[in-house]
Amino acid sequence: MSAPEAARAMDKPLLRVSNVETAYYGRLTVLRGVSMEVLSGQVVTILGSNGAGKSTLLKTIMGYIPDQPDKGTIEVLGRRVNGWDPEDIARLGVAYIPEGRGIFPELTVHENLRLGAYPRGDGAVASDFEEMEVRFPILRERRRQFAGTLSGGEQQMLALARALMSRPKLLLLDEPSLGLAPRIVGEVFCIIREIHAAGTAMLLIEQNARQALGVADYGYVLESGRIVLEGISTRLEADPNVQELYLGMVREESVKGFRRFKVRRRWA
Amino acid sequence: MTQLAQYLVGGLATGSLYALVALGVVLLYRSSRVLNFAHGDIATLGTFVAFTLLGRKLPFSLAITGGLAAAALVGVLFFFFVLRPAKEASLLGKIVLTLGLALVLSGAVQVVWGTDTLVFPFPLSDTRVHRIGQVVVSETSLGTIVTGIVLMTLLYVLVQGTKIGLAMRAVAQNADAAQALGIPARKIYALTWALAAALGGAAGVLLAPVVYLDPFMMLDPFLKGFAAAVMGGMDSLPGAVLGGFLLGIAESVFAGYISFKFKTTMAFAVIILVLLVRPEGLLGRVYHRRV
Ligand SMILES: Nc1ncnc2c1ncn2[C@@H]1O[C@H](COP(=O)(O)OP(=O)(O)OP(=O)(O)O)[C@@H](O)[C@H]1O
Ligand SMILES: [Mg+2]
Repeated sequence: MSAPEAARAMDKPLLRVSNVETAYYGRLTVLRGVSMEVLSGQVVTILGSNGAGKSTLLKTIMGYIPDQPDKGTIEVLGRRVNGWDPEDIARLGVAYIPEGRGIFPELTVHENLRLGAYPRGDGAVASDFEEMEVRFPILRERRRQFAGTLSGGEQQMLALARALMSRPKLLLLDEPSLGLAPRIVGEVFCIIREIHAAGTAMLLIEQNARQALGVADYGYVLESGRIVLEGISTRLEADPNVQELYLGMVREESVKGFRRFKVRRRWA
Repeated sequence: MTQLAQYLVGGLATGSLYALVALGVVLLYRSSRVLNFAHGDIATLGTFVAFTLLGRKLPFSLAITGGLAAAALVGVLFFFFVLRPAKEASLLGKIVLTLGLALVLSGAVQVVWGTDTLVFPFPLSDTRVHRIGQVVVSETSLGTIVTGIVLMTLLYVLVQGTKIGLAMRAVAQNADAAQALGIPARKIYALTWALAAALGGAAGVLLAPVVYLDPFMMLDPFLKGFAAAVMGGMDSLPGAVLGGFLLGIAESVFAGYISFKFKTTMAFAVIILVLLVRPEGLLGRVYHRRV
């Protein structure tokens, strides 16, 4: 057992998902018994192709899907949060940036940031503002502008800064690099690294597997609602199936269905 | 000239009523896209409750507060016990639910208070007047204009200048994202219902001394307020105010110079004209909500 793995066995997780099954409208089953954990200070990534259920997993954790999960348990900071409202889960110290970033387009950049600190009553909010604006100079420049007028990359920065304004213990990110130019993707990951270095735990969903495994301590591979592979990220990076499917290293077979089929079998 | 000023004053008074009604409609529409067809009937109920409290010898201010609180309570109860449980219903379904509420409330008012017109004892008089230069303003008109503007200012300060107002705007734009930040979206919706209903109630109370009380007193102002909201852009609170005042003034000027009988027809002609030139309404913006 390597050191990170030993740590996982002993530490109390910030987030523990056990055997979760989620169905939309009570019958369209998307997650079929997912178990995973995020330990304090860790970045955990979930890889998976389109439609695997990655976003659904985050939405289930945050309590967005009515009456779900069907089965299984979700624990945040040791508390069972099944059936809680998203706002109450957020108030435990979880920040969630959905796919599409969830900024308020017709509020100013500054107002968006202020809302990040909505539940906070402490006196440090003002100094956190300062800090965010130093860290994200573009947000200072665009302070009075409607957030909807920002570029995609700027909106992602705003979403990250807004999430940090809540001083989260756990940050859930759904494809933060979606639709961004490579240079901006690099910037986003730079910030993710900084957040990691500051000790905030993250659950990171990404299509960009190379970048994701680069920052993550641990990773899971989700296929059709099941975790088919997990491990510390260096091990996932070395896994031939991950290399082929998610890191784009081509091997001789190239018919998509065929490849999938073979891979599935290897994992089973 | 004096004549025109006179009509303008009259238009401002009815306009501020329309604006108050329109604000209630817009508040709900922009937070949840629900058109509240019960808006007029909630207002009527609030006005009747205020009337009854006045009959119990309560001081005017307390009776009015009671009436507005009753209206707000109906709004909140409707949200929690009808709209929330029906949250999976389509938008159209929800709108039909408000229509149901309208019928229920209207029936209840008729049963409890009867259908005869009642006289609402109002501390301001319609016959006592003030003169501003040559222009004559009745106490009631002046009271209506001033109260209307005070309420609109308060609403503006609440929505634009407070933390809770900021949360209201956030929830209106993206409720899911607001929840992710720890904002209790449901409570904010309930608050919005309460505010909208209370604004309607205020319009009802201001209207009562002019038209007497009857169960259908809010029908015309509701339709006008609704039209003003559409003219203003449906999504915009300043638009609702602008639409309300424009409609009131257009009606009053037309009634004065041309025909009293056709003032409503004319009012709607103005709306059609506005919507032809600016389909999104005067201050409406075409923006797509991110999901
Ligand atoms: N609101 C919804 N109602 C019904 N089905 C849904 C809903 N959202 C997602 N699904 C279905 O659930 C499955 C998983 O979707 P999900 O969004 O979780 O995938 P994903 O792994 O995030 O994919 P992507 O990488 O494309 O974002 C898909 O088959 C999708 O069609
Ligand atoms: Mg997704």
